[in-house]
Amino acid sequence: MSRDFHSVHSEPSGFLRRYVFSTDHKVIAKQYLALSMFWGLFGGATAYLIRWQLARPEAEVPGWGYVSPDVYNALVTMHGTIMVFFVAMPFLLAVFGNFLIPLMIGARDMAFPRLNMLSVWVFFLASVTLLASIFVPGGPASAGWTGYPPLSAKPEYTGVDWGLNLWILALALEFASFLLGGINFLTTVMNLRAPGMTFFRLPMLVWMQLIAAVVFMISVGPLIAGAVMLLLDRIAGTTFYLPEGGGEPLLWQHLFWFFGHPEVYVILLPAFGIILDVMSVFSRKPVFGYRPIIYASLVAGFLSFVVWAHHQYISGLDPRLAMPFSVTTILISVPFSFVVFSMIATLWGGSIQFTTPMLFAVGSLGVFIFGGLTGIFNGSAPFDIYIHDTYFVVAHFHSTLISAVFFGGLAGLYFWFPKMFGRMMNETLGKIHFWLTFACFILVFGPMHLLGLGGMMRRIANPLQYDFLKPLEPLNLFITIAATVLILSQVIFVVNFVVSLVRGKAAASNPWKANTLEWATASPPPHENFEKIPSVYRGPYEYSVPGASDDWLPQDRPLADAGAAAR
Amino acid sequence: MSSWLPRNVSTFGGDVDGIFWLIFYMTAAWFVLTEGLIVYFAFRFRRRVGRRAAYVTGSGWKQLSWVLVPVAVVIVLDVFLDLRGAEVWARIKGQPPPPALVVRGTGKQFNWEFTFPGRDGSFDTPDDLHVENNLHVPAGKVIHVVLTSKDVIHSFFLPHLRLKQDVVPGRQITVWFEATQPGEYEIPCAELCGFGHSGMKGMLYVHTQQDFDKWLAERLAETDALAARKQR
Repeated sequence: MSRDFHSVHSEPSGFLRRYVFSTDHKVIAKQYLALSMFWGLFGGATAYLIRWQLARPEAEVPGWGYVSPDVYNALVTMHGTIMVFFVAMPFLLAVFGNFLIPLMIGARDMAFPRLNMLSVWVFFLASVTLLASIFVPGGPASAGWTGYPPLSAKPEYTGVDWGLNLWILALALEFASFLLGGINFLTTVMNLRAPGMTFFRLPMLVWMQLIAAVVFMISVGPLIAGAVMLLLDRIAGTTFYLPEGGGEPLLWQHLFWFFGHPEVYVILLPAFGIILDVMSVFSRKPVFGYRPIIYASLVAGFLSFVVWAHHQYISGLDPRLAMPFSVTTILISVPFSFVVFSMIATLWGGSIQFTTPMLFAVGSLGVFIFGGLTGIFNGSAPFDIYIHDTYFVVAHFHSTLISAVFFGGLAGLYFWFPKMFGRMMNETLGKIHFWLTFACFILVFGPMHLLGLGGMMRRIANPLQYDFLKPLEPLNLFITIAATVLILSQVIFVVNFVVSLVRGKAAASNPWKANTLEWATASPPPHENFEKIPSVYRGPYEYSVPGASDDWLPQDRPLADAGAAAR
Repeated sequence: MSSWLPRNVSTFGGDVDGIFWLIFYMTAAWFVLTEGLIVYFAFRFRRRVGRRAAYVTGSGWKQLSWVLVPVAVVIVLDVFLDLRGAEVWARIKGQPPPPALVVRGTGKQFNWEFTFPGRDGSFDTPDDLHVENNLHVPAGKVIHVVLTSKDVIHSFFLPHLRLKQDVVPGRQITVWFEATQPGEYEIPCAELCGFGHSGMKGMLYVHTQQDFDKWLAERLAETDALAARKQR
């Protein structure tokens, strides 16, 4: 089938207008992709330093040198900040949301293209600010990525002055960028859906991006207020968080975690969207329980606002508050278990094809179950007394966040790469990448739970200073070696990505035989996406419909297939 | 597996460990079940030429019951776990039993400072006994530690006693424990508190009552001698 892709509106000419100051959502998505990949490599490097320091605390880190305790604190601070705010959020929300929302709903662009361009430039500014914070005198922020005051509130406690101020500023800019993005996501889905695209015909990814955007918008306000107060404490002599002036250190923890816990779901939900979309395509089956999954995700989004104090069971909070928060926390397992069981049920009776994206999607599900189950240990207030601030917590949140960002995000990237760049990625390299990543992941984060059970605290530069931690040294070394292989395995991905970008096999418009609208246009889509805005006739997951001649029925195929007319 | 948790030497540690094992068996069962299903489906339903996938949308109560029944089981287990947890939590963090000894513990960058009431049994009197980093207590007695911080948030962690409490400047937070076995146990700081965080290590010395009394008497005599020398 040949198609003419000349758009009514001409594409902007000139390198700057096309690739740098572009208002095209697809270019903006790629800009976010480039930035998040840069930060991903940076964050990986900090992980490497942290792991070798823990494995051999008294030796120099290979390729770097001696890591002093204050450098170590800066490393853990930067690692957390970068991975959560500069990798996970841009990768899962900005890349996939920007690239896919207009394509999946059949729109020409975001509702506010210039605002969209502004959001990526504000994020770029945030990136520059965070980079700058590393090089100012006194060094970068070193009060942990959670920045608990009073440690973060007075420069003399850490010896870091402008590094921490810039850290706050970088985060504020990053939040501003994502607020702009979220407004755009919401408005776009509300207003620009193609004819026939009802809310319950939206692909999962669009739904999850929507819920994530709303959750982010509601949760981020208190944190911005908190960050302003923290900055004032540091530079204007106020004492919001300083007890000597009548302030309250725990106020920050409430504001931070009121944002911080929903933030986890802001990252997790788009990953669920990706996993469900990919699973449906490669099982050739509808998503099991499409509507109930959406309701469950809304419930999870709501519950995420009433669990924050589970980060504070032992923070000095009134102990009577622990049980209500323990109940809500453990209850949040209900909507999530619903989604997980539905994912498993989507596999049942399928015709499953293990392409690279499918491997990452199923791997993501497997890892998420693991991370979700270990969350029960943290959620239970009495056992949290023991494991709070130990490596058990570190292992748990890496299991959930890596399942989302790493496995879920990579499933999405392998899946939509042909659409984004018009070329196929190499499947063999992709599969090697998956199996190495998956195996190393298990070897790193499985045993890391044991470090926590052994009592090893977070954020200590030298576990050997404690007799009770000395038996854990071989385990620490083992984890570090596995982590190093895990980081090195990503080279395969980078090579595959770059080589495929230049020399990959040209991609057809719909290489995976998928139903959703983004596959109804060329790969990569032309300026303004569609030659003609498609009309939508059915839901996104009509695979293997009985009586239909093919095992797929694209959303925009006008003719009711024989035998499937009843739907 | 149990060897990973440090040896428990407190009266409530067993309850905390009990919660661990309860959750462990519960989650392990779910883990095996769910991951097992994924692996089984991955093999059983892999693509084969000529076989078409089943068209199952999961709409309607009958199909949804496949996932709603396990979800219901999850809810029941959640409630059970919360109830068990509430008991243990109330025992540890609720009203503490009356103390045999009250000690003040102050966190600062980067060590612990313990204050024992002297012979008069009350604080802020000249015979208070200040000890850097080392907490001495008798075994088999309920000890209260009144925690506060001079600067940033620290966390008072006694891994062998399954006790942890953040130490917040501007607040006095009382924790209690009853150690069951004499011995020496480390007291790390579990909350990032600055560049010395890693080495902020105190020691808990659990003595028999006899040894404790002896230790206290010796230390009080030392401070008496010191005070007398100063007066001269």
